[in-house]
Amino acid sequence: MLEFAVITGVKAFMVLNVLLLTCAWTTYLERRFLARMQSRIGPNTAGYRGLLTPIADLIKLLFKEDFIPAAAHKPLYLLAPLMAFIPAMLPLAVIPFGSTINLFGREINLVVSDFNLGLLFILAMTSLGIYGIIMAGWSPNSKFSLLGGLRSSAQMISYEIGLGMSLIGVIMLAGTLNLVELVEQQSSILDWYIVKQPVGFVLYLICAFAETNRSPFDLPEAESELVGGYHTEYSSMRFGLFFVGEYANMVTVSAVATTVFLGGWQGPFLPPVLWFVIKCFAFLFFYIWVRGSLPRFRYDQLMKFGWFVLIPIALANILITALFVLL
Amino acid sequence: MELAIFLMASALSIAASILVIIQRNPIASVMYLLTSFVSQVILFIMLNAAFLAMLQIIVYAGAILVLFLFVIMLLNLRREDFGKDIKLKFKPLAIAFAVVLLFETTVAISSSAMLERAQAQLPPEFGSVQAVGMELFTKYLYPFELTSILLIVAVLGAVVMAKKRL
Repeated sequence: MLEFAVITGVKAFMVLNVLLLTCAWTTYLERRFLARMQSRIGPNTAGYRGLLTPIADLIKLLFKEDFIPAAAHKPLYLLAPLMAFIPAMLPLAVIPFGSTINLFGREINLVVSDFNLGLLFILAMTSLGIYGIIMAGWSPNSKFSLLGGLRSSAQMISYEIGLGMSLIGVIMLAGTLNLVELVEQQSSILDWYIVKQPVGFVLYLICAFAETNRSPFDLPEAESELVGGYHTEYSSMRFGLFFVGEYANMVTVSAVATTVFLGGWQGPFLPPVLWFVIKCFAFLFFYIWVRGSLPRFRYDQLMKFGWFVLIPIALANILITALFVLL
Repeated sequence: MELAIFLMASALSIAASILVIIQRNPIASVMYLLTSFVSQVILFIMLNAAFLAMLQIIVYAGAILVLFLFVIMLLNLRREDFGKDIKLKFKPLAIAFAVVLLFETTVAISSSAMLERAQAQLPPEFGSVQAVGMELFTKYLYPFELTSILLIVAVLGAVVMAKKRL
């Protein structure tokens, strides 16, 4: 019991820290790549080729004034960043990032929690992420925040349905919700669920972009109309928590896509953990690539697209998959 | 250990539920309701019903409460609209009902059939997705389908009421 608790605690600590570091340096990667795509240079001053920029950003955020609007509902205003941040961190607990390793004579599973309903747990945490945004939108008593919060929560609720449905096809084929088993099923590239469920993968991709509020679906923070969306009134590290939460969501979504569709840590030659990291970063790069290439959707287009295009396609996909499974 | 977790979760759930109804600020009420749901999730997991626990988060916390919040936010209540004290016109009646309900619950829980079921050995697959699905689609098929029809009727009704010129 004690041994189990210690091992799990150490694993959770490591995963959390790696996640935070990944988030920090993904911001750097994004700014550099985006600058390249737009023929700019990007941050290149702090450290070698600007590699210390995230640390400089962190120090700047920590030392800024923590401002609370006078008309704000204070408890909710203070709670909102945490409610956006924590659900973004939790899903990584069920994602396997490698097979087992031998350490000090013990077999250690490279997953924090081998939970039987892992996929459902991830969906549950995604649905909790909305609270931070709604609270941040309502509590400061500001027009821009409220509009941004409403937009964002409507968008997340709509695309959450598509996100869940896009995974059902895989669940039906796999017959399990356990992510460890899901990865073990995808031992060769032909068994990857991206091959068996291409429509599901594309749907997941689109819904994931909307669910993480990233461009081309970054309407909540459409700066030309809404200033900054739901985090307009936040400053200092509270803003930083929203920011890190957004990147943590991106990392989580990439990790889930890797695990469910791209075979997780499975791959030849290289060690499993490295494969997992490579696939995740390929996905993250795709995120940045899309941000560099596509313009933003209009709000009504976004809603129509979600309800009239994505959800019917997802339903048809489920139906066809069900027929295949039955026959 | 298990007892301690149970006591904490149930105490939290009861306290949060009471705060839901004595709060005058509807947004705070929703947040307490969320707390109550989350502590119920802990109870569900302790009862070997992890699937139900996840559904509780996805459906109740993730969808229904969010809709509550949405509506309250759109109404845009000011702080003075909340009212100050709770005026109970029907206080004696309310107390009488509460006592009857408490009595009924106690009798129901302490009945021998209930106790027997509580001490029965659980089958190993109890609470898994497969087990719940089997029950729903075989033993409880008609109630299940009827519920879904009811929900569709409610959704259609709401759409028709909201959009008269569709």
